[in-house]
Amino acid sequence: MNNIKSALIAAGLFLILAGWLMGFRLETAGTRLVVGNRLDTAWEWLALGGGLVFLAQLFHAQVTRPFKLLAERGGSFALPAPEEKPMLFRLLTLLVLAGLIIWPFIGSRGAVDLATLTLIYVMLGLGLNVVVGLAGLLDLGYVAFYAVGAYSYALLNAYLGFDFWTCLPIAGGLAALFGFLLGFPVLRLRGDYLAIVTLGFGEIIRILLNNMTELTGGPNGIAGIPKPTLFGLAFERKGDSLFHEFFNISYNSGYKVIFLYLLALGLVVFTIFIINRLLRMPLGRAWEALREDEIACRSLGLNPTLIKLTAFTIGAAFAGFAGSFFAARQGFISPESFVFIESAIILAIVVLGGMGSQIGVVLAAIVMTILPELTREFNEYRMLLFGLLMVLMMIWRPQGLLPMHRPHMEMKS
Amino acid sequence: MTDLLAVSGLTMRFGGLVAVDQVALTMKERQIVSVIGPNGAGKTTIFNCLSGFYKPSGGTVHFRGQAIQGLPGHKIARLGMVRTFQHVRLFKEMTVLENLLVAQHRLLNTNFIAGLLKTPGFRRAEKEGLERAHYWLEKVRLTEFANRTAGNLAYGQQRRLEIARCMASRPELLMLDEPAAGLNPNETDELDRLICDLRDNDGVSVLLIEHDMKLVMGISDHIYVVNQGRPLADGTPGQVQNNAEVIKAYLGEA
Repeated sequence: MNNIKSALIAAGLFLILAGWLMGFRLETAGTRLVVGNRLDTAWEWLALGGGLVFLAQLFHAQVTRPFKLLAERGGSFALPAPEEKPMLFRLLTLLVLAGLIIWPFIGSRGAVDLATLTLIYVMLGLGLNVVVGLAGLLDLGYVAFYAVGAYSYALLNAYLGFDFWTCLPIAGGLAALFGFLLGFPVLRLRGDYLAIVTLGFGEIIRILLNNMTELTGGPNGIAGIPKPTLFGLAFERKGDSLFHEFFNISYNSGYKVIFLYLLALGLVVFTIFIINRLLRMPLGRAWEALREDEIACRSLGLNPTLIKLTAFTIGAAFAGFAGSFFAARQGFISPESFVFIESAIILAIVVLGGMGSQIGVVLAAIVMTILPELTREFNEYRMLLFGLLMVLMMIWRPQGLLPMHRPHMEMKS
Repeated sequence: MTDLLAVSGLTMRFGGLVAVDQVALTMKERQIVSVIGPNGAGKTTIFNCLSGFYKPSGGTVHFRGQAIQGLPGHKIARLGMVRTFQHVRLFKEMTVLENLLVAQHRLLNTNFIAGLLKTPGFRRAEKEGLERAHYWLEKVRLTEFANRTAGNLAYGQQRRLEIARCMASRPELLMLDEPAAGLNPNETDELDRLICDLRDNDGVSVLLIEHDMKLVMGISDHIYVVNQGRPLADGTPGQVQNNAEVIKAYLGEA
């Protein structure tokens, strides 16, 4: 009974408000404004809306119940850490890895290409996860390090003719250096202040790249960045030391796509390996401890600034690797690729995946890159849908898609 | 022999407020020295100045003859002066064992490459770290909780873990800020024995802030009384107990 009453009130309110907005229109008659009546054309929509509001209010409890259940049930679930089930974990890793290596030879070219892009985001997500998820430092300008990595390769190649494999470590190192240089003054700040400074840094790098026209080509970007080679064998149609000539097979542009995919996969595996080791090192434990209580850390002789700086630098290095790979894959980069929304997407990947959870980050990166592709037919509503999904996600699973138990050190009896 | 800790003229001002005024104290190795005083007397502020959490406005602090006033907290801790807090500050989401491992950060192999490659040196350092953690868990009777998250321990256990965590970083001077706060009489007795044990068997000196007079009078070698930021009296427990000024400060004028 109570429900009906509130539903009636809600529907009535809707009719009054919407009727006012939709039912009348100001029209110009000569120099004067006249209130025109449009109720005759709008009444269908008004009735439909009113009915919907009425029903939604009436069955509010029934509609929200399954969602509530979902939120409650999902609350306590978290993946076990590898140490808890080592055999199963090893087996699963091997299976998944084997699947990922075989897959590009079966999958379509477009899908493999999309997967390569996804892997770049996986790498970025994992790198930012070190900074945000593990060390607890909110970095809104992560894309700057990605840009540094990409431009390192592009510029070193354009001016000095270095190839991808030489530039990959240099790009990582340069991005790490930028992380270090930025981190040094700003890591005294905490929380919101740090977020704002990093946000500013991200923009500075982009604007710098945009305006240093003589060096970086400005908004025109840098084109013709060569693709990576396999021990010096290029995947082009014409040139010296070509892959298909060396192995005496006919040229197929698909090889290049598969090679790039496998290279990205290798980089991701490398990233996961390093971060997993870090988690089990004193440094990883110190990050964790610092996130929980900085004052206690200081009282035990841990230098907070130094520890934050390592997290920042290591995170930046992974962005640098990802950046140089991105430049190699695209063959063309411009400041357009490193706008703030990229930082936001990477951060969303980390948060969506469950802070600190590596499998979660991988999953979220897949969702975040593939979802926009799948919803392409919704055109302008795409971003709206995307936003809606994120909001719903944060309501139902604020802990992320796949939170994971951190690998704890265990005392063996 | 130089004193372990020698403080003179220690002053801390917050704007116009003088929280600590000309406090002096000295302690020798393997002593248990207490600082007592009514609430708001500035005891914790003294601790914060000594441990580098505040930069004292004046005065000198010498630890083993080395001037340490104004150094950042983590440097002072590395020299061997480690403190606990009035409110327990554990790493709540980490296990008991990990709390002890983090405390040993400076003793472990933090070399980046060594850790990535798991070199023998790295493994050895980690193993030694675990052994030390084990020793301290045994000492504070928390061995069976080693793999529990610290936040899930009972309050008394958290207090003991905090002391163990300090000890795991191998300090020479242990500074305890109201370690008995919130403990029941049994636990306080146990704390009493633990502090004596630490001094006798682990060679650590203890600087103590405490309100529990039974504990303070029982174990202290020397007591400093502060009131309203100023030193009021000092001496052995017997001397302090019979000092008219101290009684006045605690009980008010008769």
